[in-house]
Amino acid sequence: MKKTSQRDLFPGALEMMILRMLKRQPLHGYALVQHIKRTSQDLLQIEEGSLYPALQRLLKEELVKAEWGVSSTNRRVRIYTLTTAGAKHLEREVSSFERMLEGITRVLAPGES
Amino acid sequence: MNWLTQLFSRRQLYRDLSEEIQAHLDEKIDELVAEGISREEATYRARREFGNVGLAQENSGEVWRWPSMEDFLMDVRYGLRMLRKNSVFTVIGLLTIAIGIGANTTVFSVVNSVLLKPLNYPRAEELVSLRQMAPGAPGLSDFVNGLHLSASMYFTYAEQNRAFQFLGVWISGTANVTGRADPEQVRTANVSDGVLQALEVPPEIGRWLSASDQVPRGAETVILSHGYWQRRFGADRSVLGRDLMVDSRPREIVGVMPPGFRIGDKDFDLIVPLAFDRGKLILAGFGFNGIARLKSGVTIAEANADMARMLPIWMDSWSNGPGTNPHFYESWRITPALRPLKQEVIGNVADVLWAVMATIGLVMLIACANLANLFLVRIEARQQDLAVRAALGAGWERIVRGLLVESVMLGLMAGMLGIGLAYGGVQLLLSMGPANLPRLSEISLDLRTFGFTVFLSLFSGLLFGLIPALKYAGPHTALALRSTERTASVSRERHRTRNFLVFGQVAMALVLLVSAGLMIRTFLALRTVVPGFTDAQHLQLMRISIPNSLVAEPARVTRMQNEIADRLRAIPGVQSVGFASEMPMEGFAPDWDEIYAEDKVYSDGQIQPLRLFKFVSPGFFRTTGTQMIAGREPTWTEVYGMRPVVMVSENLARELWGSPSAAIGRRLRDRRRTQWHEVIGVVENVHEEGVQEKTPETVYWPGPADSMRTVTFALRSERSGTQSFLSEVRQAVWSLNSNLPLASVRTMQEVYDESLARTSFTLVMLGIAGAMALVLGIIGIYGVISYMVSQRRREIGIRLALGAQRGDVLRMVLRQGAELALVGVAMGIGVAFGLTRLLTGLLFGVTAHDPITFAAVAALLVSVALVACYVPARRAMLINPMVALHYE
Repeated sequence: MKKTSQRDLFPGALEMMILRMLKRQPLHGYALVQHIKRTSQDLLQIEEGSLYPALQRLLKEELVKAEWGVSSTNRRVRIYTLTTAGAKHLEREVSSFERMLEGITRVLAPGES
Repeated sequence: MNWLTQLFSRRQLYRDLSEEIQAHLDEKIDELVAEGISREEATYRARREFGNVGLAQENSGEVWRWPSMEDFLMDVRYGLRMLRKNSVFTVIGLLTIAIGIGANTTVFSVVNSVLLKPLNYPRAEELVSLRQMAPGAPGLSDFVNGLHLSASMYFTYAEQNRAFQFLGVWISGTANVTGRADPEQVRTANVSDGVLQALEVPPEIGRWLSASDQVPRGAETVILSHGYWQRRFGADRSVLGRDLMVDSRPREIVGVMPPGFRIGDKDFDLIVPLAFDRGKLILAGFGFNGIARLKSGVTIAEANADMARMLPIWMDSWSNGPGTNPHFYESWRITPALRPLKQEVIGNVADVLWAVMATIGLVMLIACANLANLFLVRIEARQQDLAVRAALGAGWERIVRGLLVESVMLGLMAGMLGIGLAYGGVQLLLSMGPANLPRLSEISLDLRTFGFTVFLSLFSGLLFGLIPALKYAGPHTALALRSTERTASVSRERHRTRNFLVFGQVAMALVLLVSAGLMIRTFLALRTVVPGFTDAQHLQLMRISIPNSLVAEPARVTRMQNEIADRLRAIPGVQSVGFASEMPMEGFAPDWDEIYAEDKVYSDGQIQPLRLFKFVSPGFFRTTGTQMIAGREPTWTEVYGMRPVVMVSENLARELWGSPSAAIGRRLRDRRRTQWHEVIGVVENVHEEGVQEKTPETVYWPGPADSMRTVTFALRSERSGTQSFLSEVRQAVWSLNSNLPLASVRTMQEVYDESLARTSFTLVMLGIAGAMALVLGIIGIYGVISYMVSQRRREIGIRLALGAQRGDVLRMVLRQGAELALVGVAMGIGVAFGLTRLLTGLLFGVTAHDPITFAAVAALLVSVALVACYVPARRAMLINPMVALHYE
């Protein structure tokens, strides 16, 4: 069995990235993965399968909503859209993440000397 | 959306998810193909980069679920399927545990009803029994019952106390009710003012007795029990105010008590007020039970102190007559030792019940060990299944949970069956009715018992499920995939748990069997004790009471008793007749007092040991078969002539004069009687208080010097106990006076058996537990050995093919079984050595470490274990190497 080699992703990171992507435009699952990979320039290794549980969690908390539609390749797909609640949540998450990142960076910086 | 609709829209959710994921994969594959990769390679890569499709789907679905609940339901469904699939296993397991739970629930319902539940009174914890100790007066006071209260004590305590709300004394007795159909002897509770007030149970109709009812020569009143009211008056509410002839005197019925009302543990038909004549009371007369309700917040220690404060007041306020020293009782060292009424009611049965509960609990553990073993074997068979599940990504916690759900479900099903069994068990117990078990009528299955059963079911399910689950579902399952291949030999480590369970089973079975064995030895030892009478089965007893109102002068009472004896003697088949104040072991209030021998010098103030006083008619000992060691019984002429003669027991004769024959012709007297009585006979020692108690030093006064109105008649006849005989006996008595009821009609054998009831009850319970343990233990050994044989089939086949003798194989298997049994026995002996000491109080004529019992039980267990191993051993011996190896 393949292990989820995601030491690099903290809980909630994937959800945050999904919300960020959806803020730009509504997307379906496969397109979301492609966007994240491309934007991160393949720095982040995401197991594609793990996207779907994350999407379900967001759906449950009503941060995104889904509708069946047709993709550019003419497939029946579920297209996810950001809700207002989702947009607010994203803002909060991003600012708290930035604070955390700044903190970590500060701690790590002097250690290099 | 609430969780319920989510639960039901799950199917849709999963369809959507799988469609979505499929679309994802397809899109990826198409893209890769477009990049020029072969479709096969693309499919492979798409799947690899996606990860575990099933898991992703599962995890996505989980978001919407009430996860624990749904997993649980799934486990339940899976468990049920497994249980259904292995129906033989399920039935055996179910029965084993159900019987265990049934037995435990039955015993617990007894423990709960008798020991744990509060007594049936409002705020029962405030009720105390006024027990006092008197170490200076052995005989009158013993450790169990202490010194009873005298009537004068009651007045002092009732009037001077600071610790009690209400306080009263009571005594149980009998009375003759006449004037309604057949004369009838009924059980009475004679109570003083304060008893009903303390118990605080309101009457069903009418009123309580109060101070005004206990005025001597005042209006005479009576209260009926609910049962008597229904039986004799058809629950007629107009009985209030009517008269009932009690002991030939009219008493006005003033109330009826509600059903189930008892005083302490005494059931009764009538409550009659005690009417003490204050002017005539003396210090002595210690015959009453005291009962009181503590003021709220007062502790037993404070109440004891209050009683101790009142004792000198009592001695100052009353006297035993002119010329006596009221402070004589200081030498008795009377100390209040109050105890909760509940403790008084339960008495010494707590030891027995807890012992039985513990043994039945052990049986439950053995049953669980058995089931754990069965589960182990079953899981072993399912190794591959489990290993596959683990390999497919099931967490090992999940697997453990699945197995536990299965075992707990089995436990709960067994619990339901067990409740049914316990219901039957309680009915059986009630019909057997161990007579000396207090609160017998209160035994029932209540909510607490039900809770106990549920707990037991869950606990046992967890217990026998957890051992195999932890053993096999651990993180090392990958190994299992390989080792279950049929060619691999079974690792020693796998056997260890099973062997250990068998050790435990054998050890616990040994403990129970040793306990049962010790009780059997005790019972046998008790049977060999010469009780002081012979052929109890052919000794017919009955108690007849001649009330004051029927015959007034005491001298005529004796004559009438003699006439009754004459009529009884005339019945065909009656060899001899006698009567006495009471028969041995009957348990009627005994009379204890001091005696003085003529040829001994007594210094003033020296405390004399108390001797048992009994009154016997001429011919009594001939009838009971009690041996005369020396001298003779008195004659009727001597009784009527008031000749001062007396008989003593052998031990008293030896104590006073060295030998029975030396006692003849000596003279003695009691404290009150001034006349010297000549010893004309010495009688063998009689076990008055049961065969396990020591024989008291006894003085037998011939005939009733005082009026002895209630006596037990004893008839020696081959026809004892038959209906035709009893009706002839009744006719004979009634031909003299039709107002005389017969009470306590039974044979001496029944009295004797009743005195052994505690021992036989314990024996039966331990016997049942021991037998169950033995059977379960044997099943355990059999199971392990036969499983081992089936596992080693191939190995044994090779041995045989290489020239091993069939006898060698048989011996090898038997040796393995014997090893299991011996280790278990050794462990069991160690445990039993420590535990049987708890039984000491119940044992007689055998020590708790009796080597014969230990050896016999050990031998029994080992030999039965060998028999159990013989069946699989034979199977091993008959293995055909050709067939066994052909599997390869």
